[in-house]
Amino acid sequence: MPWIDACATDDIDAEDLIRFDHGGATYAIYHGVDGKFYATAGKCTHEDVHLCDGLVMDFMVECPKHNGQFDYRTGEAKRLPACVNLRTFPVKVEADRVWIEV
Amino acid sequence: MGNRDYDLFGPDAKRAVESGLTAAEWYHSDVPRKVMKELMARSDGPAMRDTVILYGAMIVLAGLGIALWPTWWSAPFWLAYGVLYGSASDSRWHECSHGTAFRTPWMNDAVYQIASFMIMRNSATWRWSHARHHSETYFVGRDPEIAIMRPTEMAKLIVNFFGILDVLKFIPNLVQNALTGPSAAERTFVPQAEWPKVQRVAQVHLAIYLATGALALAMGSILPLMVIGLPRLYGAWHHVMTGLLQHGGLADNVVDHRLNSRTVYMNPISRFIYWNMNYHVEHHMFPMVPYHALPRLHEIIKHDLPAPNRSIAEGFAEMWPAIKRQLAHQDYFLKRDLPATAKPYREDFQLYVPGMMPAPAAE
Ligand code: FES
Repeated sequence: MPWIDACATDDIDAEDLIRFDHGGATYAIYHGVDGKFYATAGKCTHEDVHLCDGLVMDFMVECPKHNGQFDYRTGEAKRLPACVNLRTFPVKVEADRVWIEV
Repeated sequence: MGNRDYDLFGPDAKRAVESGLTAAEWYHSDVPRKVMKELMARSDGPAMRDTVILYGAMIVLAGLGIALWPTWWSAPFWLAYGVLYGSASDSRWHECSHGTAFRTPWMNDAVYQIASFMIMRNSATWRWSHARHHSETYFVGRDPEIAIMRPTEMAKLIVNFFGILDVLKFIPNLVQNALTGPSAAERTFVPQAEWPKVQRVAQVHLAIYLATGALALAMGSILPLMVIGLPRLYGAWHHVMTGLLQHGGLADNVVDHRLNSRTVYMNPISRFIYWNMNYHVEHHMFPMVPYHALPRLHEIIKHDLPAPNRSIAEGFAEMWPAIKRQLAHQDYFLKRDLPATAKPYREDFQLYVPGMMPAPAAE
C-alpha cells in the first residue's frame, strides 16, 4: 500500500481534524489530544456525511449530522445512530509532514 | 408535483430516492471552522441549571396541584405543570436525542429517557425517525416527522393542540411495540439490531401506565393520571404551537433549510420551554450546536438567513394564510426574501429534482 503525503503537522490544530482527498477517496486526518496523528475514512458510516465538519473531543470524533461518534484511533462506532465502524489507516510523521498509508 | 403521498412506502418516497433528492447536499452558511468549534463545544452547566429548574418546578407545581385537589384552586398549578410535562419534555427529548444538551453522555441519556416517556415517544424508535428528519427534512414520503401535511386537515391540526391525535396513535402503537416490537413502517428506519430495544422500552412505558391506571382505580380518582399521562394532553398546546412554526407553510423537497425552516424570536418563558429551538433554521443547518449556543450562532449567520419572525403571533400571521392556501394549491409555499447580504437561494438546489418542485410559487 502506498504512503501518501497528506499535510503538514501544523495544518491541523490540536484536538481537531481536517479533510484530505486523494485518488477519488476522502479521508479524515486527526491531531489527537495525545499529540499523535491518526487517519480514518472521511465520511460517516451512517450516511454520506463528511466528518471534517464534526467536533473532536478527547479521542472521539462526532459526526456533524446526527452525532454518531467514533473513536478515531480504532474507528470503533461509539454512539448511535452510527453502528458500523470507521476504517482507519496507518499514519507516520516525517519531517513535520503527516503521511497516511492508503 | 400536485398531490403528495406521505406514506413511507409510497410513490413520492420512491421518487425522492430515485431522483437523487435524498443524496443531494444541503446548503450551509459559511462559518469559520474555529468559530464553529467554539459553538459546538459542550458543557454541562446550562443544561444542569435548566434541568434542576424544570424538574424542581414540576415537583412544586404537582405538589400544589395535589394539595389543592379536587378544588378548582388546583387548576392553575395543573395548567403550568402540564406545559412542563407535555411541552417542555418535547424539547428535552429533542435536544438530548441529538446528544448535545449536556457534555456528559449519561446525563443526556437520563433526560432523554424521562422526556421520551413524558412526551409518549418510544426512545428507541424516535431517535431514528429524528435522524431521518434531519437528513431529509420535509422530503415528502421520507421524513416521518412532517407536522403539517398538504393539504392540511385543519380539524386535526386544531384537535392536536390537546395532543389527542398523538395519544390516540400512541396507545395502540405502544401496545403493538410491547407485544411484537416495531411496526412495519418503523422497521424502515430503525435498524434491526435495535428492534428488541424498541420492544423493551414499550414494555417499561406500558407497565408504568398500567400501574398508574391501577392506582387511579384503587383510589377512585383520576389524580394519579393528572400527574402521569394526562398532562401529555392538557399541556401539549405549547409544543404544538411552537412545533407548527418550525416548517409550516414553507417549502418541501428542497435542500436549503432557509427555504423549509423558520426562526422566530420568542419570549423567555417560551424559549425555556422550547429550549431555544425557535432558532430553527440555525438548528437544522448545524444540528451539533447545543441549544444554549444557538442565539450566538444566530447572530453570526443571520445576515445569510431570511429575517426571523419577531414573535409567535407574527409567525402564525405569516404561516396560517400559507397553510390555508395550500388547501387549494398544494404546491404553494412561502418563499421568504433573503437580505442583500445573503447568498441567494440556489435554484439548482430547489429544482434539483426535475418535476418535484414547481417554479417558485412565492408571492
Ligand atoms: S450521518 Fe453521521 S451519524 Fe448520521
